[in-house]
Amino acid sequence: MSAIVHPPAGTGSPTARLIVHFVGSIQEVLRTMAKVTVTVGAPMLKKDPLPSYDVSGVIGFSGEFVGSMVLSFKNATAVAIVSNFTGMPIEPGSPDFADAVGELANMIAGSAKTSFGGNTNISVPSIILGSGHTVAQLHGVPCLVIPCHTEAGDFAVEVNIKPMVATRPVQRS
Amino acid sequence: MKILMVDDSRTMRNIQKNVLKTLGDPACTEAGDGLEALTCVASQPNGFDLMLVDWNMPNMDGLTFVKRLREKDKTTPVIMVTTEAEKSRIIEAIKAGVNNYVIKPFTPDSLLERVKQTLAKCNSVAA
Repeated sequence: MSAIVHPPAGTGSPTARLIVHFVGSIQEVLRTMAKVTVTVGAPMLKKDPLPSYDVSGVIGFSGEFVGSMVLSFKNATAVAIVSNFTGMPIEPGSPDFADAVGELANMIAGSAKTSFGGNTNISVPSIILGSGHTVAQLHGVPCLVIPCHTEAGDFAVEVNIKPMVATRPVQRS
Repeated sequence: MKILMVDDSRTMRNIQKNVLKTLGDPACTEAGDGLEALTCVASQPNGFDLMLVDWNMPNMDGLTFVKRLREKDKTTPVIMVTTEAEKSRIIEAIKAGVNNYVIKPFTPDSLLERVKQTLAKCNSVAA
């Protein structure tokens, strides 16, 4: 069962309006590729500089939308979900562990990008391992955290994206 | 059957390999980007029977690889397996010479079905 997602109170920002696309893609990717059912909680604003979880896959956006998406797991949750995804037990020390987290992040970002439209490109994933790490955010753009719950444990998707809208020159009469 | 898998994620290549085992345990060659894939093609004089190619990869992306491949090889079936699902991207890939398209995430059945469909179509054209 998935929660009905409303933008957090007081955040009628473009980032908040994009959240629904990420919610759909998180659930679809985890269900299809890892056979994991994800229940999504109410998105919340991330108070900088709170750290992410232990392992994060980071995808950059460029083009009509710019910024980043971070898929962040506690180690134990990542091990369980990645093992389901790959079909074999994988430990955090294995190079395949980071690779698999990156591929999950890639699919979530790619699927969300298609859903919200626009001519936008995504980067190849970068992976950060280690508890207490932080991921830099765009200045002046809210970072929204989508809390995700599964039987394997909790994880989060952090969305820090804004549209690049060409500003029209002001007409003077 | 000889299959070339081009994806920067080893996890994704392994998943695809497991799915394709049902086609009679094909010989799979793996490449992590388009440049590596071009090297694999050059070192396989008898060619491949099928290629599965990701779009977003470092060094050389899948679209560029397909364009370079099609300069010399017009016939080997190529399936793009990617998160790039916008209509404009699919058209761009087909114009570059891709025969079929699988959008990630995919189920094993949907990938296998698309592979069989592509091979059948390409074989009927060749016959």
